[in-house]
Amino acid sequence: MERRKFLQIGAGTAGAMLIPVFGNAIAAEDLLKPMAASAKKVLADTAMGAATQAGASYCDVRIGRYLNQFIITRDLNVESINNTESSGVGIRVIADGAYGFASTNSMTPDGIAQAARQAVAIAKANAKLQTEPVRLAPVKGVGEVAWATPIVKDWRTLPVKEKADMLIAANKAGLDAGANFMTASLFQINQQKYFASTDGSYIDQDIHRLWAPINATAVDQKTGKFRSRGGLGAPASMGYEYFDAKAADKVRAAGGVTTLYTRSYDIVEDARLAGKQAREKLTAKSVEPGKYDLVLSPEHLFLTIHENVGHPTELDRVLGYEANYAGTSFAGLDKWQTKKFKYGAERVNFVADRTTPGSLGLIGYDDEGVPAKKWDIIRDGILVNYQATRDQAHIIGEKESHGCSYADSWSTVQFQRMPNVSLEPGKARLTPDEMVQDVKKGIYILGRGSYSIDQQRYNFQFGGTLYYEIKNGKITGPLEDVAYQANTQEFWNACSAICDERDWRMGGSFFDGKGQPSQVSAVSHGSSTTRFNGINVINTARKIG
Amino acid sequence: MKTLNQEQAKKITDRVLSLSKADECTVQIEGSRVGNVRFARNSVSTAGLTEDMQLVVRVAFGKRSGTAMVNEFDDKSLEKAVRRAEELARLAPENPEFMPAIAKQEYRATKTFVPATASIDPDFRAQVAATSIELARKNKLVTAGYFVDSTRFSTIANSNGVFGHQDFTDLSFTLTARTEDGRGSGWVTRSAVDAARFDAREASEVAIEKALRSVEARALEPGRYTVILEPAATSEILGNMFSSFDARSADEGRSFLSKAGGKNRLGDKLFDSQVNIWADPWDKDVPVAPWDNESLLARERTQLVKDGRIASLDYSRYWAQKTGKQATAGHGNMIMAGGTKSLEELIAGTKKGIVVTRTWYIRMVDPQSLLLTGLTRDGTFYVENGKIKYPLKNFRFNESPVTILNNIDELGKPQIIGGDEVPFQMVLPPMKVRDFNFTSLSDAV
Repeated sequence: MERRKFLQIGAGTAGAMLIPVFGNAIAAEDLLKPMAASAKKVLADTAMGAATQAGASYCDVRIGRYLNQFIITRDLNVESINNTESSGVGIRVIADGAYGFASTNSMTPDGIAQAARQAVAIAKANAKLQTEPVRLAPVKGVGEVAWATPIVKDWRTLPVKEKADMLIAANKAGLDAGANFMTASLFQINQQKYFASTDGSYIDQDIHRLWAPINATAVDQKTGKFRSRGGLGAPASMGYEYFDAKAADKVRAAGGVTTLYTRSYDIVEDARLAGKQAREKLTAKSVEPGKYDLVLSPEHLFLTIHENVGHPTELDRVLGYEANYAGTSFAGLDKWQTKKFKYGAERVNFVADRTTPGSLGLIGYDDEGVPAKKWDIIRDGILVNYQATRDQAHIIGEKESHGCSYADSWSTVQFQRMPNVSLEPGKARLTPDEMVQDVKKGIYILGRGSYSIDQQRYNFQFGGTLYYEIKNGKITGPLEDVAYQANTQEFWNACSAICDERDWRMGGSFFDGKGQPSQVSAVSHGSSTTRFNGINVINTARKIG
Repeated sequence: MKTLNQEQAKKITDRVLSLSKADECTVQIEGSRVGNVRFARNSVSTAGLTEDMQLVVRVAFGKRSGTAMVNEFDDKSLEKAVRRAEELARLAPENPEFMPAIAKQEYRATKTFVPATASIDPDFRAQVAATSIELARKNKLVTAGYFVDSTRFSTIANSNGVFGHQDFTDLSFTLTARTEDGRGSGWVTRSAVDAARFDAREASEVAIEKALRSVEARALEPGRYTVILEPAATSEILGNMFSSFDARSADEGRSFLSKAGGKNRLGDKLFDSQVNIWADPWDKDVPVAPWDNESLLARERTQLVKDGRIASLDYSRYWAQKTGKQATAGHGNMIMAGGTKSLEELIAGTKKGIVVTRTWYIRMVDPQSLLLTGLTRDGTFYVENGKIKYPLKNFRFNESPVTILNNIDELGKPQIIGGDEVPFQMVLPPMKVRDFNFTSLSDAV
């Protein structure tokens, strides 16, 4: 689920003083000086010693330092620049067969030992209501290791002004091209995460992610109509070099309707196109409702994949742990057990992968110390696996965890979160232009829009940013007021063609929410342009008052 | 708990203000202790306690501002926070829309703290979970639930003499009860400032009854129906609209409150005459801080909708100055007037209709008309001749809150309701509404 509240944090920080989700201010002089791994090891050993002594049969310790910078601009103004830092320790234990968790920002040996004992006390209290003991899949201790996101340019070392200037240049380009209003923001995240466990692992990781969403709005004062066009760039787990746009990383959309981006992002160009296209949307033809063949660009399809495949194959949902909040799943264990559940057409193959370069889910190890890996979720259209953590692996007959454990802060407990879940490219050579040629009555959809799906991930209604009518193999012009509705299983069984690997690229969800208390994680979904035949399209135009 | 009383907090804010060399300085301290218990599959899955306290310093040199946050409170850290904010302010570009720190305000305290809630401990939380789980087991149901309580304080000050200090407590509980075969599901939500107003057994029984009643759900053709919407079913839908009263967006032509030709809809009758909506920080059921954290302006009772007409718009300080209007503090709560009938009485007076317990995954489809989509969940029932006849499969809807509030047949007795994705404490009535637009069916239970 994409949680609107976290996006509002970005949009609403202009002048706001508190950013409760993201912690404290970065002291610039300390920015590039992480605590030495040896010092963290001493603290982790203190926690594990105290927990074991208090009766824990297992303990893991996460020492985190989270550095973020957010820059929010509107038109030609910088509305806010926020630097945040949050540091502390989260300790999870198993005692009497139950979990306990406690966290503290007191980084002293005494403070950490006290938190460890508190975690054990909570575990023992929980054990009274526990129906069966926690069972962890084995993980071989890896000793002292380190892993870092490959980056070329570290955002922490770059002048704030340079970054603000880039956003203002983007806004100016959008305004010049026809928008009445522009916003551009930059979210930059560095997670310094140290994990240690009684299994014998001491893992030091340095993770970087960034995202620069833009939005152009055009208004027709005469009619009172307004329309927006969001950015077509993806968030990425890369350094600031992502904004050094290269011609080789630009993709011509089918029919040349716009420019799309792969390994780098030209935010100014995209903003210019956004301004122009937002204005074009004011006079675009309103869609005639009915059945259409949909040609979905990866910049749009990623969120459909996220909702249709990523969430329903989370094993904690399948088991009922999210029943009170994010929901359960139609893809129950009974369907998986048959080994015949036809999730999609035979050409549909989904892979979970925490190793894809540039992806938001890219890590070395998860928050249980499990090494990153890749595995099948759907093979030849059949549901073959889920996403599991250590305490879930035995339920699906796995001997080891998939490495899907994540916590968004040192102060929050780790639980099952989605890895990158991506659609494999088609095996036959096919470009988006060639795909369109085969469509008699269709719509080409690009960019993210309004997304809503039921709590078991069956019935959905999705919209996009840009819509183009396809008639007899040709893109004839822009459309508006489009949303498509379907059932997940029917939709993926209607998948009639997938472009080849030349067209494969990722989109990403930067603030994906789940859990109580709600936590956010970031995840990418890759695909090539994909076609779905005979999908129900509705017209969303309404009049009020 | 790491907490400060007013005197202790003032000492820190005075110290921080004295350290600043900027043209102006604003300080905020927030501290909290948050405890929770989460359970699923009739067993506790996690429980935790988080304590934190933060100092926020915002300074400005001319139209350049910077903000720094720390969670250490020794003298060195206070100075570090001030210097950090000043350094950021010097690096920041000028903001032409910058507004200087506000002048001294009078904050009339609101009753946001109740000692009974502040004394909630792990045993209390565990008992909430145990109550729900035991009741569910007796009924052969599977529960998943979450109880969270918090005790907080907030202190604000600025170099123009503004000072405010306030304590808060609150709690929130949600519970989903499902049949073992997954064919029935019921849900309940409760929130309160005062723990004495929360009864885990009463709440759990609501979810359990709905779960038991919701098996064997039948499909009804999508279409326009009379619906009886519980407050939880409208909280997110209306919350979307409550967040859209910004005068600037309306004046600039990018709001449902914009008019062709560059005007806004202030004074227009957009809703049924029964609709009255206001914000009031002193409301006894949903009291909130007497200031808003963004502007630090003192909150006032504000009528948003009066007898169906748009009675006011929200003005930021910048937009108020530009347009010659009065700036408004951001609202912390929303209260909608209702009637005297209970939900059961609304049902009893309905010939044919659909009761909706809860709505889910609500997203904006068209900001021009505030068209939203979402689904029903955890208890949808068909009503005939004043009685619930049978459970229904869930629906997807495409509907605008403006249309909903135009199509009101009857309002019930208002209830306290917290919004998951809405930044308001709310009091909303159950509503009987005609022609509600269900567009498709969902097989999800």
